[in-house]
Amino acid sequence: MTAILDSAATSARIAHRSVLGDIKAVWTRETLTILRDPFSLIFSLIQPLVFLGLFGPLLSGVAGDDGLGFGSTLQFFLPGVVVMITMFGTSMTGANLQFEIMTGAFERILATPLARPALLIGRALKELTPLVVQALIITLVAVPFGFDLFPAHVVVGLLILGVFGVGVGALSYALAIATRKNEWAFWAVQQSLLFPLLILSGMMLPLETGPDWMQALSKANPLTYIVDAERVLFSGTFDDSAVVYGIIAAIVTSAVGLWVGVRTVTKTVL
Amino acid sequence: MIHTQQLTRTFVSGKETVEAVRGIDLDVAEGELVAFLGPNGAGKSTTLRMLTSLLPPTSGTATVAGIDVTADPAGVRSRIGYIGQKDGAGHNYRVWDELLMQGRFYGLDKQRAIARAGELLGTLDLESMKMRKVSTLSGGQKRRLDIALGLIHEPALLFLDEPSTGMDPQNRANLWDHILRLREEFGTTIVLTTHYLEEADTMAERVVVIDHGKIIADDTAEALKAEQAGDRITVTVGAEDLPTAREVVGQAGSEIEEQPLDGGAAISFRVDAGPVALPGVLHALGDKGVAVKAATLKQPTLDDVFLNLTGRSLREGAEA
Repeated sequence: MTAILDSAATSARIAHRSVLGDIKAVWTRETLTILRDPFSLIFSLIQPLVFLGLFGPLLSGVAGDDGLGFGSTLQFFLPGVVVMITMFGTSMTGANLQFEIMTGAFERILATPLARPALLIGRALKELTPLVVQALIITLVAVPFGFDLFPAHVVVGLLILGVFGVGVGALSYALAIATRKNEWAFWAVQQSLLFPLLILSGMMLPLETGPDWMQALSKANPLTYIVDAERVLFSGTFDDSAVVYGIIAAIVTSAVGLWVGVRTVTKTVL
Repeated sequence: MIHTQQLTRTFVSGKETVEAVRGIDLDVAEGELVAFLGPNGAGKSTTLRMLTSLLPPTSGTATVAGIDVTADPAGVRSRIGYIGQKDGAGHNYRVWDELLMQGRFYGLDKQRAIARAGELLGTLDLESMKMRKVSTLSGGQKRRLDIALGLIHEPALLFLDEPSTGMDPQNRANLWDHILRLREEFGTTIVLTTHYLEEADTMAERVVVIDHGKIIADDTAEALKAEQAGDRITVTVGAEDLPTAREVVGQAGSEIEEQPLDGGAAISFRVDAGPVALPGVLHALGDKGVAVKAATLKQPTLDDVFLNLTGRSLREGAEA
């Protein structure tokens, strides 16, 4: 009798689950690290401002007054910085995961009934949370310096970046799991991929003046389409094929990233 | 609670194929306390990981808490608790936060998670640690927190992978107090792995000895020791008493061995129920006029059992 009651109680306790609820739970746990240690967030807010302040003036010397057809250098450069901080933030997330694999917390979480994709998406979204704040702040700071703000376009731009960032984050986790036995390998791969991808996307300097092979490589770089889409959006245009290509690049990156990530999580023995 | 058939797991690394677990058949009933005992690399943890659905079996089946591990791993996970070898709690988190989040992960609503977390802090003597960062806890405290995390959803079946490895004796005893209390109060079925012989011996009701990926013995510690090794009495007598002593010992025990000593010999022999047999043997020897100079009774440990089963000692078994 007790046994029957017990098992009835157990099944009552096994709550209805949804992937969205799981993503939110993982996101909440990860975000606690920011809430409990807000200093790291404050520090991370300053970084892109420094970048914008030091790099922007140099670029305007190179680009001239028309900002490479975007009206001003800021209009050209700021979306690039936003994409860059997204890339930095999401591509490094694997390091946090690696730490939790090392200490054992990730195994404990794997043993819970959380949906496997939620483990990756929730974590990646956590990295995007401060990025949204960062992006908004640098955008607002840039306004007095002649940056034209198009709020609706910026929101769409950030959404595209969010979808893209989840994919990059998931790939970073897959890399972290694959290199869990030697930490340096994670950084070696991450760094040696990150910078070529950034440069070949035309994020910092325009590629139009670069050699043909660079232009060809940039066409194969999904980040190029994201950067182009963000530039068009931040300058206040929806009606441009670059936006469509950006959305496609974001969705493809996200889908590939999650597929690789979930596969790695389920196939790997920690 | 657990039923497996020919559960097998192989790992392929490079060209080498390692058979970590080779065809395990196991049944565990509700309320049992079972210890998997074996040297490092024997396949204990791999078996545990398959039972907890963390690792898919290469072949064979396992039903855990009524659910097939391959068909519905999430279903298995929601019904069991798993406490791994390493720290379950994230080092950068606070104790209370981790407990509440663990509740969420198992689908408890907020109220229930708060209630459970509060209860567990009390039961596991962690109340004063509530707002502490996990990285500042001592080893014993971290382990108790791991147990709390594993119990947040009141699982009817709890798996522990080497729960007391690296703990000092006091903390280990403390940990066991908690585990045994859990069992008494809630009738939780407990499956654990250990390479500590004493632990398996004194705590578990049933010991499953695993070596090279196979179950080589499965019984209570008492029965294993009685069957596989048995109690041995050794008596030391002078040379003049030796023939009479041999005669008496021949009737009282078996597997007789004799070791010559200065002016006599030590005769050892196997008996059933040593503590009961010893006075009788001494009496019989005395009656026949044998002056016993020394008498010892050695009761076997699980190491003797393992030695008898495999020809190797578990104590030196540090092969990874």
